[in-house]
Amino acid sequence: MTTLKVNGHDHQVDADADTPLLYVLRDDIKLNAAKFGCGLGQCGACTVIVDGKAVLSCVTPLLLLEGKQVTTLEGLGTIDAPAPIQRAFMDEQAAQCGYCIAGMMMRAQALLLRNSKPTDEQIRAELEPHLCRCGTHMRILRAVHRAARLMDTAELSTTTQGSAP
Amino acid sequence: MTRTRIIAGVVVALLVGGGVAGFAVAWRPAISAIEPPAPPSFDTALVRRGRDLAALGNCNDCHTVRGGKTFAGGLAVPTPFGTIYSSNITPDADTGIGRWPEMAFRRAMRSGVDRDGAHLYPTFPYDHFTNVTDEDDRALYAYLMTRPAVHAPTPANKLAFPLDQRFVVAGWKLLFLRRGTYQPDGTKSVEWNRGAYLVEGLAHCGACHTPRNALGAERVSASFAGGDVDNWNAYAINARSPSPVPWNTEALFSYLRQGWHPDHGVARGPMAEVVRNLSSVDEKDVHAIAVYMTSVFGPPTPDHIRRGDEVLAQIKSPTVPSGPTETAGAAIYAAACATCHETGRALPYGGVNLGLSTAISGPDPRNAINIILSGIRPVEGERSPIMPGFANAMTDDQVSAVLSYLRSRFSNQPAWTGVEKTIEDARRTQTVSLQTPPPRNAPADPMQRDKP
Repeated sequence: MTTLKVNGHDHQVDADADTPLLYVLRDDIKLNAAKFGCGLGQCGACTVIVDGKAVLSCVTPLLLLEGKQVTTLEGLGTIDAPAPIQRAFMDEQAAQCGYCIAGMMMRAQALLLRNSKPTDEQIRAELEPHLCRCGTHMRILRAVHRAARLMDTAELSTTTQGSAP
Repeated sequence: MTRTRIIAGVVVALLVGGGVAGFAVAWRPAISAIEPPAPPSFDTALVRRGRDLAALGNCNDCHTVRGGKTFAGGLAVPTPFGTIYSSNITPDADTGIGRWPEMAFRRAMRSGVDRDGAHLYPTFPYDHFTNVTDEDDRALYAYLMTRPAVHAPTPANKLAFPLDQRFVVAGWKLLFLRRGTYQPDGTKSVEWNRGAYLVEGLAHCGACHTPRNALGAERVSASFAGGDVDNWNAYAINARSPSPVPWNTEALFSYLRQGWHPDHGVARGPMAEVVRNLSSVDEKDVHAIAVYMTSVFGPPTPDHIRRGDEVLAQIKSPTVPSGPTETAGAAIYAAACATCHETGRALPYGGVNLGLSTAISGPDPRNAINIILSGIRPVEGERSPIMPGFANAMTDDQVSAVLSYLRSRFSNQPAWTGVEKTIEDARRTQTVSLQTPPPRNAPADPMQRDKP
């Protein structure tokens, strides 16, 4: 049994130490926001936040996560109380099929945690590891800018505080 | 009194004499500016030859900011003396070399002096380019003068006094610049001589692969013994090569030509752009480089051959289960690395067996750390190897643990020292080779969509 900290809760997980975090999240903890895309760390769909930074969960084995805080999209907000990044993506209608979007949101969130006003260029460079085949890139770009503005005033809302410590 | 006067007189004479001598050494005349020549005035065959030569010289690598306009300069080159910015070598009249006559270009290549007569810092490797023939300089000039002009002022260098004074470079040249074009060695083949001309001249391999002295000049006595570039180790490419399997001409040729070789892995870091350029030139030139470099490596020692055979045999034997996991490093390797690096999937898309990796057998852990932290980014517009980076997934302790495991399992070399410090440094420094260029295929302004 391994203890895994996800979205502020300790989970007792019965999995081998070399199991990728993505499988544990989806199969054991039943958190399905992080998606299986390529399984090789090449597409970004599985991105989650670990100790405030974006991590590809499909190539991150459990044994690297001892004592670390994992945040998934479910930890940012809910349907009733979406986080700024989620609201922004909805407002901009930035998802088409949506498969890549959870990963995009997580890396964008990690970016906004350390840079509250990223430029277009910084967002593009940051999201470069993420593939989207629908082509909503321009909307995604706008959504991240919108999220930055929303988070600026996030203190006013009662929703969530966004992410890992 | 008289005595004091004599001494004073001698001092003044020395100062004046020194001043005149210094002036003679340091002063170079300006060469008159010209109206930027019209591109059609250059012979297309000459331009085409210049294009290949520029690729052999890897000019675009230093003279282009990642994601920026080609040859527009402005790339920050870190040196032990400060940061030097590469210059704009597009034919822009105001900020590039548009007003340079060919003679000024040749003088810059030959002796590191710009059109105005100012000394150029030897970050621009004219200590190699002095070997380039007039005909090749002419072709390079024709090629550069027919590129799109880009208005891009070169940022001011960040150098401390007195190094910010360009005349100081004149002293450096007195000590270290050996002028003269390449002289063929009549006892060697034509191909060998072609390779030597390129390697010692335009391709300036030694600029990275030869260690430098305290004044930043290549140590002639240690040619190709391994050097530093942009927080990477440029491996020794002579008899001291740390490559587990000895290099030979065919391996060098295919590595330089296609960017990888099954016995050596893929070329990444600062070497990535070099092989990208070499993939686009006449393959005869690449083969000539391989022939010459084979002689620089020299015949491998019996020990080196034995080690290479051993490693290759281990790899060809059926995959052993990923080894014991009694240490933290072994467990990390088995869980995070072996799934790609020990599957036997062919290069370049499969991970190289780390027994073949020069990074793991190399003299310091920088290259391995850079790759573990940042991975290998895909190359835009090419099919290329990739590896996810683990900077955000691994702590320094975890990186350190896996490195010491890799070193002990996959090399026959003693443990590295200072690994923790190197990891901290690597996390702090984003090396140029790992910077992500902004994607070029998604315009910021959707109205621009149809423009290239």
